[in-house]
Amino acid sequence: MSALFARVVAHRLFWPVVMLLVLFLINLIAFPGFFTVTIRDGHLFGSLIDILRNGAPTLIIAIGMTLVIATRGIDLSVGAVCAISGAVACSIILGSSEPGSLSTVAVAVAVALLIALVLGVWNGFLVAVVGVQPIIATLILMTAGRGIAMLITEGQILTVNSPPFKFLGSGFWLGVPIAVLIAAVVFAVAALVTRRTALGMFIESVGINPEASRQAGVRARGLLVVVYTFSAFCAAIAGLILTANTAAADANNTGLFIELDAILAVVIGGTSLAGGRYSLVGTLVGALVIQTLVTTVYTVGIPPIATMVFKAAVVTAVCLLQSPTTAEALRGFRERLAVRAGKGIAAS
Amino acid sequence: MPRTRTPYSQNRVGPGGRIRRRMPRDRPADDSMESTVTNHTDPPTAVVEMRGISITFPGVKALDDVDFRMFPGEVHSLMGENGAGKSTLIKALTGVYGIDAGTITLAGDQVSFSGPAQAQAAGISTVYQEVHLLPNLSVAENIMLGREPRRFGSIDWRAMRRRSAQLLAGLNLDIDPGSLLGDHSLAVQQLIAIARAIDVQAKVLILDEPTSSLDTDEVAELFRVIRSLKEQGVAILFVSHFLDQVYEICDRLTVLRNGKLVGEYLTEELLRIDLVQKMIGKELTTLDDLEQRARSVVVDESDASNFVNAARLGRRGAINPADLPIAVGEVVGLAGLLGSGRTELARLLGGIDRADSGELTIRGKATKLRTPRQAISNRIAFSSENRRDEGIVGDLTVRDNIVLALQADRGWFRPIPKKRQDELTQSYIQALHIRPGNPDALVRNLSGGNQQKVLLARWLAIAPGLLILDEPTRGIDIGAKAEIQKLVFNLAENGMSVLFISAELEEVLRLSHRVVVLRDRHVVADLENDGLTVDALLALIADGSVEADDADAASGTSGARDAVLGASETSDPLTIDNVPGGRR
Repeated sequence: MSALFARVVAHRLFWPVVMLLVLFLINLIAFPGFFTVTIRDGHLFGSLIDILRNGAPTLIIAIGMTLVIATRGIDLSVGAVCAISGAVACSIILGSSEPGSLSTVAVAVAVALLIALVLGVWNGFLVAVVGVQPIIATLILMTAGRGIAMLITEGQILTVNSPPFKFLGSGFWLGVPIAVLIAAVVFAVAALVTRRTALGMFIESVGINPEASRQAGVRARGLLVVVYTFSAFCAAIAGLILTANTAAADANNTGLFIELDAILAVVIGGTSLAGGRYSLVGTLVGALVIQTLVTTVYTVGIPPIATMVFKAAVVTAVCLLQSPTTAEALRGFRERLAVRAGKGIAAS
Repeated sequence: MPRTRTPYSQNRVGPGGRIRRRMPRDRPADDSMESTVTNHTDPPTAVVEMRGISITFPGVKALDDVDFRMFPGEVHSLMGENGAGKSTLIKALTGVYGIDAGTITLAGDQVSFSGPAQAQAAGISTVYQEVHLLPNLSVAENIMLGREPRRFGSIDWRAMRRRSAQLLAGLNLDIDPGSLLGDHSLAVQQLIAIARAIDVQAKVLILDEPTSSLDTDEVAELFRVIRSLKEQGVAILFVSHFLDQVYEICDRLTVLRNGKLVGEYLTEELLRIDLVQKMIGKELTTLDDLEQRARSVVVDESDASNFVNAARLGRRGAINPADLPIAVGEVVGLAGLLGSGRTELARLLGGIDRADSGELTIRGKATKLRTPRQAISNRIAFSSENRRDEGIVGDLTVRDNIVLALQADRGWFRPIPKKRQDELTQSYIQALHIRPGNPDALVRNLSGGNQQKVLLARWLAIAPGLLILDEPTRGIDIGAKAEIQKLVFNLAENGMSVLFISAELEEVLRLSHRVVVLRDRHVVADLENDGLTVDALLALIADGSVEADDADAASGTSGARDAVLGASETSDPLTIDNVPGGRR
């Protein structure tokens, strides 16, 4: 029994999950109806559904980010790619004669995703072929990307009136928000493709020891390009959801600072920034923790000006709990407890 | 039970004879207890006393109830194969690892270090095998780093130079303290590291493989320093794979095997052959039969049978154009000093570096190798000499490390089924005796020898036609070495070609059908291994002329057993990196 407990505690997802549960508990106390999910107009409604829906863009980006970080890299450009994809889609819809038709929206989405793929290849090219450090390489697009989005929108906030497009952000299918479904599909595809093939092992191997991987015949270069491209692709999907949700492309604010939330989700999920072993499930938990945190701020009634500080406090707590030093200290504490319990038994 | 009470002096044991370590607990000592057990009380002077030390890593029991002690003014050697627990014990003593059980006593006080800095402050200094200094700082800064003499709150640079100059003079080193550390050879850096360690008023000085990059003169220099420190009453722990050096300098030996204590012995009372037996725990299987078989393989001389043929293959700045044919089932040895081009030539064949001149023919087809991947798909495997940086993927499991190259060759889209992976892993764990035999253990937790075996397994898994082994036996112990040599042998008999690089000429001669000698990035000789001697090879390596001295012809290759024992009968350890004057 205690051995099982020890294994559960030692699991790298233990503390993130505990944190998520604690946040749920706080919400439940502040708002007893927190777990209630009702069906209204054939749609699921409730705080949990809100968390999933609002957290979907961050989660989608964090999935791409997980793979990038596993290769020892980082992708700072995802927020800018969000803005570009939103701007591209909106400007195409606005420019067409039939903004409300399904085919227009399909073309707009396809072009936005295609452009994101190109941007991802650019990032991958800089990192893998030119050999620029990932943080610098993606910083280029992070700063330049918003400028590109600005050029596309010509400095305006593009507001579109296109029901099919709006459906992407706020629609429902079988009662479930479309954004949640998209996130689920991206997660499932990423998990299946990396774990059911050898891709995941190669990504980890390159992240841990690039030269040894090269000598073992792993095509590290191609792998890096693929990973950065996937990250940009994820960012574009998230950007479309965010833009569709407000039905407006804002080059300055769409996906602003979302790269930081995504990186945070990955780190909370237990994937090391030093590369190597990664966990997509961990990233899922991390993204949920972040979104629940934002929700908690509202339900508990923390003044909005204190939101950032509150968030920082929670993140600090999770990081402390996950650090090797804390793990060591906790281990010692448990052993002392066990010794004391043993003595108790011996005495009785 | 007869008890001889032997007067105990610090450095020597009197004529009373055998001293066996008084065991604090009953433990099964699998070497038969030597007849007379001297039940002397532990001299109160032991400066280090470790008792019942156990350390467990995930999946590995690195140390199991080990006792160890050191006396002032004595050179003590820790002996054991790779994975026996030597490094772990040292790291336990120096506070790098916490211990799971046991006690450590330093000069009578029980201590528990939470880091190397604490251990150092308590007087335990360590010089590691790999120099842990800062090449971009000056020699003086390196020696005094972290304890710079201060004046008015800022560093007193003049005092710092003076003090380091004194220390260097004490080691008879003529080095400008103001010069950059990185400008000196590795050997000199090693001596500077020792100077640094001595400055920390050390009671205990630990030297972990200090001689692995030193030549004979430098070793003599180091030993002079060790002896003078010994006279000052410093307890010195000397760890080395070179038995000659151990027997030359050490007073006392502690032998570990598989994380357990085998025993503590006085050097002068333990025959080398007994020591080796205790280290590997079994009768040393002689390699004599290899010796005979090596000559018997008939190699077809015609070009058609060549697995690879390099014609004027070269790369600017690395290796001048060289010819190197390798027949199917042939073992070709590359001999030469470090930097002679032996590794560089092998890297061209393995596709690690691109050749910029010459032609390479593989199985009769002209081929250009641009990446390691292409080499692998041509069934050429290159096992790098740099195990840590270019070999293992430390945070992956043993299983992942073994299947990595095979999987890379198949491509990411065709994963090897889990069941097949497990079969492969299990079969190699058994065939190569990989310890621990747990496929899910992380490779970084394995010892050097076992990591090397995992790498061998990785390359064997792709069923190579040509296996390039660059220093596969470096830094690993006799037992694993013999296993790897045997393996190379059997592989060649089954039709695999092998290109074998080793600094140990004995090893090259024992295994190779042909030996190619390199010097200054040129191939200087390509010889059938028929009556070749170490001396002849040395002559070639040194100045390129074959000295056909028939009188010596027999001596070099005689007695494989001696060779395995580190050439115990010969005064010089026969590694070419130790050739006097051979280093550049």
